[in-house]
Amino acid sequence: MHGFANPKRFLGLARWLTPLLLASGLLVAGGALAWGLFAVPPDRLMGETVRIIFIHVPAAWLGMAGWSAIAVASLVYLVWRHPLAAIAARAAAVPGLVFAVVCLITGSIWGRPTWGTWWVWDGRLTSMLVLAFLYVAYIALAQAAEREGVSARIPAIFGLLGAVNIPIINRSVVWWNSLHQPPSITMGKSAIDAAFLVPLLLAALGFSLIFGGVVLARMRALLADRQAEARLRRKALEAV
Amino acid sequence: MRETLDQWPFVIAAFAVAIVATLALVAWSWIAMHRAEAKRERARRR
Repeated sequence: MHGFANPKRFLGLARWLTPLLLASGLLVAGGALAWGLFAVPPDRLMGETVRIIFIHVPAAWLGMAGWSAIAVASLVYLVWRHPLAAIAARAAAVPGLVFAVVCLITGSIWGRPTWGTWWVWDGRLTSMLVLAFLYVAYIALAQAAEREGVSARIPAIFGLLGAVNIPIINRSVVWWNSLHQPPSITMGKSAIDAAFLVPLLLAALGFSLIFGGVVLARMRALLADRQAEARLRRKALEAV
Repeated sequence: MRETLDQWPFVIAAFAVAIVATLALVAWSWIAMHRAEAKRERARRR
């Protein structure tokens, strides 16, 4: 694990892993979405709108996984001071935000024909909206810290504190009355029929591969930006 | 008699949002990565 904290070793791995994750992710997610859209039968209760779960559920998982990655990378940065961990945390923020927003929009689109409303202020929906706002705040904070040359410890502490919201999102449908259905998939158990479960898991795998590829691409971009800035600064100092 | 809602426009709208957002995210991160790495190479050659 510590070996990958070396930027040179990380780049050697990321150079071939980034296109591989992105290409395989697009292929798997594309196949799963086509399966979900054209081959899966309509659900007895939800009708055709059941197809929305193939994008809504993976987006919700990845929205939460993005912040979990920020929290773990922030902890690694605070404990071991690996600069690459701070970069990894920053890199997970934008894809996490995108998937959290996709989850909110697709959930709202699903809610209109199913619940008869676009939005309700219940625990699950509100805590997911809070997660999207936390992402925006984290991105702004991390960018400001980088621009002002402030320690990356401040966004790292924010990343750790914001992780409190993840179990709240997860347990919200159990703790409070909600229009949102209780968890259908838990550890080792599923209430979903195999006809829906297999393409759902495939879509989750495809979007996860895309998420991993985007995080690696963002890490490479942030690292390259930092290295270019450092080199230009060093050359300017040598010229004085 | 209650008129039933056509569900397909909702399904298509949800898929369109997810597909456009994912493709935009992949394209943006890929282009930004190549731009940043080209900038680093230029700084190295200077």
